Amino acid sequence: MTEQAVHPYIPNTAPDSRAAMLAATGAASIEEFYADIPAELRVKGLLNLPEPFTAEADLERHVSSLLAKNTSTREYLTFLGAGVYNHYVPAVVEDVIGRSEFLTAYAGEPYEDHGRFQALFEYQSLMAELLNMDVVNVPTYDGYQATATSLAMAGRITGRRTVIVASDVHPDKMSKVRDYVRPFLDLVVVPTVDGVADLAAVRSLVTDETAAVWLETPSYFGALEAAGAELAATAHDRGALLVVGTDPIGCGVLAPPADWGADIVCGDIQSLGVRQWFGGGRGGFISVHDDPAFVLEMPSRLFGIESTTVEGEYGFGDVAWDRTSFALREEGKEWVGTAAALWGIAAGVYLSVMGPAGMAELGETLLARTAYARQTLAALDGVELTDTALHLREFTIDVAGTGMTARRLVELMRSKNIDAGVVAGEHRLLVCVTELTNTADIDTLAAALATTFQEN
Amino acid sequence: MSLPVAPKPALRRFHQASWDEPIIFELSTPGERGVLVQRPAAVESEALSRRAGQVAAVRRSTAPALPELAQMRVVRHFLRLSQENLGADFNVDIGQGTCTMKYSPKINEALLRTTKAMDLHPLQDESKVQGILEIFWRTEQLLAEISGLERVSLQTQGGSAAIWSNIAMIRAYHESNGEGESRDEVITTIFSHPSNAACAKAAGYKVITLMPDADGYPDIEALKAAVSPRTAALMITNPEDTGIYNARIREFVDLVHGVGGLAAYDQANANGILGITRAREAGFDLCHFNLHKTFSTPHASGGPGAGASAVSAKLVPFLPGPTIDKVGDRFVINGDHPQSVGKIAPFYGVTPNIIRAYAWIMALGAEGLRQVAEIAVLNNNYLLSQVLAIPGASAPYAEGKRRIEQVRYSWEELFEETGISSEEIGIRLSDFGMHYWTSHHPYLVAQPFTLEPTESYSKTEIDEYVAALAEVVRECREEPETVRTAPHNQTVHHIHHDDFDAPERWAITWRAYQRKYFGAVPASEATPAAVADPAVR
Repeated sequence: MTEQAVHPYIPNTAPDSRAAMLAATGAASIEEFYADIPAELRVKGLLNLPEPFTAEADLERHVSSLLAKNTSTREYLTFLGAGVYNHYVPAVVEDVIGRSEFLTAYAGEPYEDHGRFQALFEYQSLMAELLNMDVVNVPTYDGYQATATSLAMAGRITGRRTVIVASDVHPDKMSKVRDYVRPFLDLVVVPTVDGVADLAAVRSLVTDETAAVWLETPSYFGALEAAGAELAATAHDRGALLVVGTDPIGCGVLAPPADWGADIVCGDIQSLGVRQWFGGGRGGFISVHDDPAFVLEMPSRLFGIESTTVEGEYGFGDVAWDRTSFALREEGKEWVGTAAALWGIAAGVYLSVMGPAGMAELGETLLARTAYARQTLAALDGVELTDTALHLREFTIDVAGTGMTARRLVELMRSKNIDAGVVAGEHRLLVCVTELTNTADIDTLAAALATTFQEN
Repeated sequence: MSLPVAPKPALRRFHQASWDEPIIFELSTPGERGVLVQRPAAVESEALSRRAGQVAAVRRSTAPALPELAQMRVVRHFLRLSQENLGADFNVDIGQGTCTMKYSPKINEALLRTTKAMDLHPLQDESKVQGILEIFWRTEQLLAEISGLERVSLQTQGGSAAIWSNIAMIRAYHESNGEGESRDEVITTIFSHPSNAACAKAAGYKVITLMPDADGYPDIEALKAAVSPRTAALMITNPEDTGIYNARIREFVDLVHGVGGLAAYDQANANGILGITRAREAGFDLCHFNLHKTFSTPHASGGPGAGASAVSAKLVPFLPGPTIDKVGDRFVINGDHPQSVGKIAPFYGVTPNIIRAYAWIMALGAEGLRQVAEIAVLNNNYLLSQVLAIPGASAPYAEGKRRIEQVRYSWEELFEETGISSEEIGIRLSDFGMHYWTSHHPYLVAQPFTLEPTESYSKTEIDEYVAALAEVVRECREEPETVRTAPHNQTVHHIHHDDFDAPERWAITWRAYQRKYFGAVPASEATPAAVADPAVR
């Protein structure tokens, strides 16, 4: 037992409290409580850690000085996407999720924690309207996990093990999905044509052994799938499911995948009211129709509405608890744990404040801005668009005609204080625009690219 | 009567906020707007018009039936809901055992409120994100020392995800040795978190679960019988959810190593042993921490949390990639790890929680962490002495032994006497502004409740909690109907459970509720106004 100063996070370091509590336990020292830990397992002395900043002011200065070394995407021009998007987050959203009632709660019952149950039921309900499906989960960790689980569900529902990958998938997402499903699913990747699924090739590969056709729209390269209905029919004709990854940000203006036949729709909710957070603000949604064959395969929690003993009062609780690993350990569906509830509440507030008009207008702006950016960059000498598909928010350009690699181009643009995009191939650059990169910003990018091409 | 005011009663006269708040769809008024957004510039619309045919093919035919509310109405609705939620900042939150509901310091929230944290993109020029890379790198170093292991990955978003990350590495390790097929079993214990068993199963393993011996320790004889060349790993907690420290843990690890298996330490329950004993001393190959438990980041109504997976040298090549490395005085993102399991989650980790955990550790240092552990254990043993003074409460197993950071108690005796279950007692306790959690399933301890007081609560607060618990126990004996008909002071009254398990009756979204109970038209055919119209009901 070491004698230390009183710490503000630890009330019973106050000597009188500590002494009174020790006396109540009949222990002579705190060391007695550790009697079961053998000497050979004990840390000798103190851990080798840096000196702490015990005064709050010193701590504030230290951490702030580290953060101050960063330059945020609000401080210079960036066109970065690839799974994390620089969308505007309305102030209302952060006010709500900053409330410590939500921030510091965890696992209370739906009596003292009625609020989070209702807020997450509303999140599920708002997403359901956007996606035109009747069931949405309490968010899982992220879009990668949501996708891996959606495919695993398709395998369990169909009892089959082949997945036809029909779109260009983010390579990191592919890495996660591959490692996650490999004990029970085989992925067959079908190269895309002109940015979208090769319908003929997919048709030729779907068999009675196919669990699912997996589409991403927008794809990793931002292309929107136009033949969704045909792909759905192709899958359904052979008893396979259509699993669609999407970003719900476009669903105010784009037909939701369920409208053209998707059975399971999944993705990330970061675009809906969560900041970029260096890639650390993420939540995964999984949506299905209200069919128990699908619902009972979902690992996540599902909050349902229920009556109470008082008329006109809404209560909430867990639907179909006995499918989860909380209830059944390894006999449950995959597993469930602490995931992304607060980001779910954020997305619910976002959709509430945006409303149908906000989502439709934002979707329209993103479509139009993407078209403008493509047209503007394609007009540069040596730059080609890589496909003719319709795009939302992201697209790739091929810069081979400039004689420069994409990596080199990114470096040169960085020297002009612009992050122009993400390298997606030797000569291929993935460029992203959002409502925070306006036409003037796109024109600036185009001019800087043109200058760079001339200079090199 | 006027001043003075009479002394406060011994127990707080609590009532949870109750706004009788409608579902947000019921608040919708057609035409209201919550926020205005950018419209396309003329040149942008013109560019899109050249693709009119493509747009028509994918355009939504009807607007999504989202509610329409002016901004302040949205604010009022969600702030009312927030008031109807009992965060740890409001409650003596020592009843959520295994979850370490400690104080999340406000300075750490203040530190996050900067564009230099919130608005960073993970693929920015590295020179522009040196500060955040340094915080990730430093946090890894701190946790490596706290675990005693070689290297740490911060990629995962929760404890269960970190367990998954560990099982993925275990699988890759055995495959690299040509034993991927032959090692197909994972051993865990019933008092370890269910995700150890569930993640192992999801990764394709057969799961063997050890039951406790008569004293509550994982049965070492059962382990001896279970280990074999088929053993891929042992995944175990210590202290387990009973708060009992298994002194023979090194033998457990050695038995598994003896057959070529790996040992993974679930350190969700690390709060009482910080700086006291580590994964390293017990010989573990892997461990994980929950930054939202032991390292103070808020639980966020159920996430995001953050998981940290630590591994010994032989497992470093299998860590999720990329890693954040220090080269000279620069911090770089290194994706060159050919044996890596690849991505477990997008990018590098839950940035806000890594900043919070870093700040928390740096506020405490080595001595402070040890104080955290020691006071958490003092608080727990003090609480134990007070709870056991309530007639009808017991702490099964390891009689006479001290406990580490938590205890799984039992109301079995009280239940036999009064017929009132632990669940019912917990709900009545909520009427006093307190909460407790029972146990994971299956209930090995009869009528369980699991308390973990952490280091964050004062003696006075612990006493207040125990007084409320004792009052509910008095009610169980003297006025049982008060307990049976609880809650009385909550947002809502007793919730029926008739529909949650019936597919034709459950309602997981508002639209499903409208469809099943009010014959609402499918949303694909509805306008926003139709769904919002009370006449639909």
